[in-house]
Amino acid sequence: MSSNEISADPAGTGPFARPVADARHNEVVSPSSLVVHFPASEPLKLDCEQELAPFAVAYQTYGTLNAEKSNAILICHALTGDQHVHNRHPVTGKEGWWDTLVGPGKPVDTNRFFVICSNILGGCMGTTGPASFNPATRRPYGLDFPVITIADMVRAQVRLVDHLGIKQLFSVIGGSMGGMQVLEWAASYKDRLLTAIPIATAATHSAQNIAFHEVGRQAVMADPNWREGNYHAFATRPSAGLAVARMAAHITYLSEKALQDKFGRGLQDRTARSFSFDADFKIESYLRHQGSTFVDRFDANSYLYITRAMDYFDLEAAHGGKLANAFRGTTAQFCVVSFTSDWLYPTRDSKEIVKALNAVAANVSFVEIESDKGHDAFLLEEPEFFATIRGFVNAAAAKHGLAAPGELV
Amino acid sequence: MQKSVLPSGNGSGKGNNGSAGPPPRADHMLIAEMVAPGSRVLDVGCGDGALLDLLDRTKNVDGRGVELSRERVNACVARGLSVIQGDADRDLADYPDQAFDYAILSLTIQATREPKTVLENLLRIGRHAIVSFPNFGHWLVRTQLLFTGRMPMTDNLPEPWWRTLDAHLCTIKDFVDLAALVNAEVEEAVAFNSSGQRLPIKRSLSLQNLLGEKAVFLLRRKG
Repeated sequence: MSSNEISADPAGTGPFARPVADARHNEVVSPSSLVVHFPASEPLKLDCEQELAPFAVAYQTYGTLNAEKSNAILICHALTGDQHVHNRHPVTGKEGWWDTLVGPGKPVDTNRFFVICSNILGGCMGTTGPASFNPATRRPYGLDFPVITIADMVRAQVRLVDHLGIKQLFSVIGGSMGGMQVLEWAASYKDRLLTAIPIATAATHSAQNIAFHEVGRQAVMADPNWREGNYHAFATRPSAGLAVARMAAHITYLSEKALQDKFGRGLQDRTARSFSFDADFKIESYLRHQGSTFVDRFDANSYLYITRAMDYFDLEAAHGGKLANAFRGTTAQFCVVSFTSDWLYPTRDSKEIVKALNAVAANVSFVEIESDKGHDAFLLEEPEFFATIRGFVNAAAAKHGLAAPGELV
Repeated sequence: MQKSVLPSGNGSGKGNNGSAGPPPRADHMLIAEMVAPGSRVLDVGCGDGALLDLLDRTKNVDGRGVELSRERVNACVARGLSVIQGDADRDLADYPDQAFDYAILSLTIQATREPKTVLENLLRIGRHAIVSFPNFGHWLVRTQLLFTGRMPMTDNLPEPWWRTLDAHLCTIKDFVDLAALVNAEVEEAVAFNSSGQRLPIKRSLSLQNLLGEKAVFLLRRKG
């Protein structure tokens, strides 16, 4: 497809006006990643009973796949994450989003494991999503993109893993929405993973979380530049709406204590109140910054679709109203992790998962990490969390005959 | 729940399979003798994972642990043991019947809120239950209470009454009664002293109750 198919993307209007984000659109059209294209003859069957074809999955890999193809780990990214786990981001230039956990000598050691991370279905970093070119209309999909689910995202990942010739993953690891994908893998592809590490997640999206997502979506859709999802055709972007969505969501990723400790009532670049609606407070300035940088790297429609997929996630309902049924017959070893100050996916959500796993006598470890960093803790420097993952991964690797760190294969 | 006797260390989170480390606790050695090789084991109140580690090394068991203390759980998982944070009183109900060959409660039952319910759950979850506990019927405990008129404090029961978590201490005879009450068959009962020496008494329950500092029972549900 030619990049002409995606409209030029001039700045939106309002306080979040930005220069054209060409780099972002380039990542939709020709991502700086490996890409596997599944042709029209190999459609992806979706939960909404539509088929998506053709479709592409963009992914990154780190480390080397061994001859037995037994050392592969799939990392599942969260709502606004992407496949750039452990390399400089092609749009923002920032370090990989899980550099703390993944890399040579890290708890998920790329000297030892072949680590895969793909952009999720519905994303905007090269895997087919609403910003991608729709061959049927010869325009970006926009709202013609089918509503997808977490299970659909995992179906696309399964196709990628098949394409790589890997029968069984050593582990599937993810936090937040990534953790939902881990649970979906564990429930639906029991023979294809040896270990599962769902972090700061839930088997059922709560009413409160649906509520926050709805606020975000309404902010996007209330932006006149959203144009009923057809903003590409009008060469506009709902940047203001998407930025507000991000600001609201960002609050939910932190804890009250983290906000208070970091910002308090501090004023931004001034010594007194301005008696205006400027960003007087540091926290206002911080949130505005979060909003404005986010719109440079993310597609507004992708945000709608992905939050919807999370809202629809209910592993319990999908298994006859009994979560334990989802895991019946599993032989995988689980390591469930939560954080004390995470109020978005609180420990009790993780405990529900553990309870269901216990009910089928699955092999499960569960650790609650003491942290005041809120939901974001899973992405941050948390030594106890790293020690847990390292210990669990190393013990499981030893059990399954994978070489120890530093040991020659 | 917490152990009344804290195991000594090896909670560094490193080198779980190293040959070095403190010698195994006496009741752990006795429990390990009761466990068949290669079996599935749930250790309720597993502390720092010393028993699971011992059973893994000597009996090649498929072991799981439940522990109340978050720090200890995290240390266990970091050393490669399958352990969850949980409470014997609250969380055993979530396990299915006969999911394990052995459900073990070592030096923990006296610290539970409802020992009877906990024991019933152990007998339901495991084909066998193994329970060890400090014996409140030991002669030293009896004489301390008799002569001082105060709650006994021994090497076995080191905490003052206002600090101990042992809310439900019992004697060996009391435990035999509870086992009968919950319809459990005693497959093996061992009374031992603080150095882990089994008492050479098999027949007399009264003598075991008088001379044993601790006891380990192997039980199973009747019928």
